Amino acid sequence: MAEPATTELPARTVPGPRGPAAGAPAARRPSSRVLLGVGCALLLVFWALGRRLGYGLPEYLQLLVDGTVTGSVYALVAVGFVVVYRVTGVINFAQGAFVMLGPMLAITFFRALGGSGGLALAAAALAAVLATALVATAVHRLTLHPARAASPLTRIIITVGVYITLQGVALRVWGPRPYVMPAFSTLQMADRFVEVGGVTLQAQSLWVWGVGLLTVVGLVLFFEHTVVGKAMRACAVNRTAARLMGIRVDRMATLAFALAGVLGAVGGVVLAPSTRPTYDMGLDLGLKGFVAAIAGGLVSLPGAVAGGLVLGVLESLWAGVTVAGFKDLFAFVMLILLLLARPQGWLEGGHE
Amino acid sequence: MSRDSLLRVERVTKAFDGLVALSEVSLEVRPGQIKGLIGPNGAGKTTLFNLIACCLAPSAGDIVFCGRSLVGLPPHRAAELGIARTFQNVQVFPGMTVLEHVLVGLHRQARAGLAACALQTVRLRRTERRLREEAEALLDRLDLLPWAEVPVETLPFGLLRRVELARALAVRPKLLLLDEPGSGLNPTEKQAMSQLVRGLRDEGITVFLVEHDMTMVMGLADEVAVLDHGSLLCEGPPQQVQRDPRVVAAYLGEGDDA
Amino acid sequence: MMARAWGRTWFLAAAAVAAVGGVELAWPGTVARLTRGLVSADLLIRAGLFTVVLVGLNLLMGYAGQASLGQAAFYGLGAFASAIFTVRAQALGIPPSVAGAWWWPWLVMLLAAVAVGAFALGVGWVILRLRGHYLAMATLGLGIIVYIVLRENLGLPHLNLTGGFDGIVGVPRLRVGGAELWPVQVYYFVVWAAALGAMALGLNVVHSPAGRALRALHGSELAAESVGVDVGRLKAQIFALSAALASVAGSLYAHFQAAVVPDTFGFVPSLELVVMSAVGGMSSIWGAPLGALAVLLLEQLLRTHVLGFVPAVSGELEPVVFGLMLVVIMMFWPAGLVSSRRVQGAVWASR
Repeated sequence: MAEPATTELPARTVPGPRGPAAGAPAARRPSSRVLLGVGCALLLVFWALGRRLGYGLPEYLQLLVDGTVTGSVYALVAVGFVVVYRVTGVINFAQGAFVMLGPMLAITFFRALGGSGGLALAAAALAAVLATALVATAVHRLTLHPARAASPLTRIIITVGVYITLQGVALRVWGPRPYVMPAFSTLQMADRFVEVGGVTLQAQSLWVWGVGLLTVVGLVLFFEHTVVGKAMRACAVNRTAARLMGIRVDRMATLAFALAGVLGAVGGVVLAPSTRPTYDMGLDLGLKGFVAAIAGGLVSLPGAVAGGLVLGVLESLWAGVTVAGFKDLFAFVMLILLLLARPQGWLEGGHE
Repeated sequence: MSRDSLLRVERVTKAFDGLVALSEVSLEVRPGQIKGLIGPNGAGKTTLFNLIACCLAPSAGDIVFCGRSLVGLPPHRAAELGIARTFQNVQVFPGMTVLEHVLVGLHRQARAGLAACALQTVRLRRTERRLREEAEALLDRLDLLPWAEVPVETLPFGLLRRVELARALAVRPKLLLLDEPGSGLNPTEKQAMSQLVRGLRDEGITVFLVEHDMTMVMGLADEVAVLDHGSLLCEGPPQQVQRDPRVVAAYLGEGDDA
Repeated sequence: MMARAWGRTWFLAAAAVAAVGGVELAWPGTVARLTRGLVSADLLIRAGLFTVVLVGLNLLMGYAGQASLGQAAFYGLGAFASAIFTVRAQALGIPPSVAGAWWWPWLVMLLAAVAVGAFALGVGWVILRLRGHYLAMATLGLGIIVYIVLRENLGLPHLNLTGGFDGIVGVPRLRVGGAELWPVQVYYFVVWAAALGAMALGLNVVHSPAGRALRALHGSELAAESVGVDVGRLKAQIFALSAALASVAGSLYAHFQAAVVPDTFGFVPSLELVVMSAVGGMSSIWGAPLGALAVLLLEQLLRTHVLGFVPAVSGELEPVVFGLMLVVIMMFWPAGLVSSRRVQGAVWASR
């Protein structure tokens, strides 16, 4: 407490209005009525715009299926946001950098391993995910842990700084050009295509779904059935109580970052063959993962997964019917609308 | 209900996400009186204050102040109409001096839009000088003048309660809502506070206060209302309320909270 | 009273600005020679432009306590408005007699500021209900939306108003009557007049009932409302003021650079503004010029005096250094160069 106005943002106490609701860590989503209204309005817009392009059911179906692929990646990134937010109370902007580091490192490792063979690719991918987790650990230990007492804005800006730094390092190491990651099924640039009921599917899409599902299931098992996982959940519910029970809260926070690193890297790696990874791919994926996390309530894992899938599908539909450059607009408009749907935030407090 | 009430709470219900904090509460505050509001923890006292100060809107019922309904008004409008308040957990502006707190309280009188402020019009400077004098007079009255230029975060808690009161009085309220004015104060400070509140009443300011300290509230209030579990238990002069078996039961049932 | 207290410092600053400008005007390149190429007229102009933006940002973030991670959007809107209405005047059907007049760019600048301010007022009314993290993310989203709309030709590619990725070139210099306000040594005075004007404006706000109310709502919105401060309105107004200032700076930038591209106003530039604000000290108007100068000087120092000597390391390291700077400052020095207590002390001492 010092200056009339420090960098501290309004860390104001929750006034009576919200009553004793301050705690309640349960997932709180925008009221279903609002969501339903927005959803209907969107579908109407998609339909109207799509008619102009002469879209029929197959086209929409294709867009929908494509959307679940990107959506799965958004979901993984979103879960990373949620894990970190619940344990540390930080919105970790550097999450996007983890998504970028995964594929970039994987490609580098793959080349170092000779650049061919399924085993090499798998090893490279695994190593990249672990390396990213290591980076995430370092990020927490070096920046956010020392600054854990700072105001929310200060900490959010720190993570933004970390993001910019990591992206800058990536630019230095890998340059601005896009890279190529071989498809998991063919181990070549060209992927196999599968056609199911008029919908064309890249084999890689199956990988995205499969790996995404496995990761989320693994995470749930970790939280439900391991001692460490349970300890992390305890931290998410009440940090002080967890500390009193002898849980090393700061270690759990570091672990949360490591998990976020894994989730981001996995998402980036499985997506990489169907995109062209670049040093700056993290900004987009990171922000959209955040939007997905917000859509899911920011504190709920199932919410984040659902948010990611829904965002992916809606964005895909939107991208299908609108001007190419406006694709990215959707997520950010949704971001603002979602925030406004619950202006007081999904979870008051949530800071140390 | 008598016509001459300053504030009338009419069958007010407030629910938070289905949880009923107040149910069908009706009471009135007459001009020139000190009215006390008591009740066990969680009885809905602060909720009622927040409703009167327009920080919350009632789920049902009406709140009438000086003949007009307060329902749906934003909180700053309540202040403009003449309702000022203090807070249970003192709400001060960190980094600002005691004098500045009172000046913020006089904000409404400055009638200065952002444009006039950005251009520092001559009228604004004149107003500012007048406000400063008024603020100093107010501080003098509350014996706060020696601390006028001191940032509030360096002050002890007892003084902060008085700073809040000074800020509230700057609004020139008709009705003053005091949320536990005695909590956190030592016995001497409590007495001084009671004295102060009586003085305000004598000047014609109506006071409505929540207080946990029974000695303080019974000695101070002309009339007391008791809330329990969100409903009005009884209402009347302090002596009568104290003897009311329902009140005794409510307090005993809760353990020694007061 | 108070006005004179800051007035003295302000006049000293103005005198210093004028002195530097005068020397540069008489003997161009003097500043660069004296500082061994570190400071140029170009850098000083940039600092002046950022000062205008930062005054608004500091009022918003430092005083009112409302985060904005999308401020570059307003800067960009001003820049593009000026560029579009001067370069594309013909396509927009503005008669040459008007578009060619010397006062036209000035009028555009003014109208753009009003329009951007009005836009921010409307947006602010809605999104400033958010707090903390949420407001930060919403303003960030807003910034990116504006950036995308500028980059994508406002969604009207056939008109090609913003020029898409490539932006607009050939923005004319500002003139007064027949005299062009150029070369840079002359334009320096235009920019710094705006900067000093913005600072005077900011100082006025700070030392006024409105400034007090801003600091009060930063401390406790609840308490500020309880004494009659219309918090929602005041926040929206200060957001609008900061946007209008950014817009003016953007217009001045367009006429300075003669070209505008959307990438100048994207996500990273918004953060750069926050860094400058934090370095200088958010809760001080004087933090605006200091933060702008400090960050620009540091960048220039890195470019010419550090990185330049290290072989094989090009400007590519800039973002790394910039990011690290952001992290380190926020971790160890969140109050910035000018903590407001010192400024306050100065104000009290001189009163």
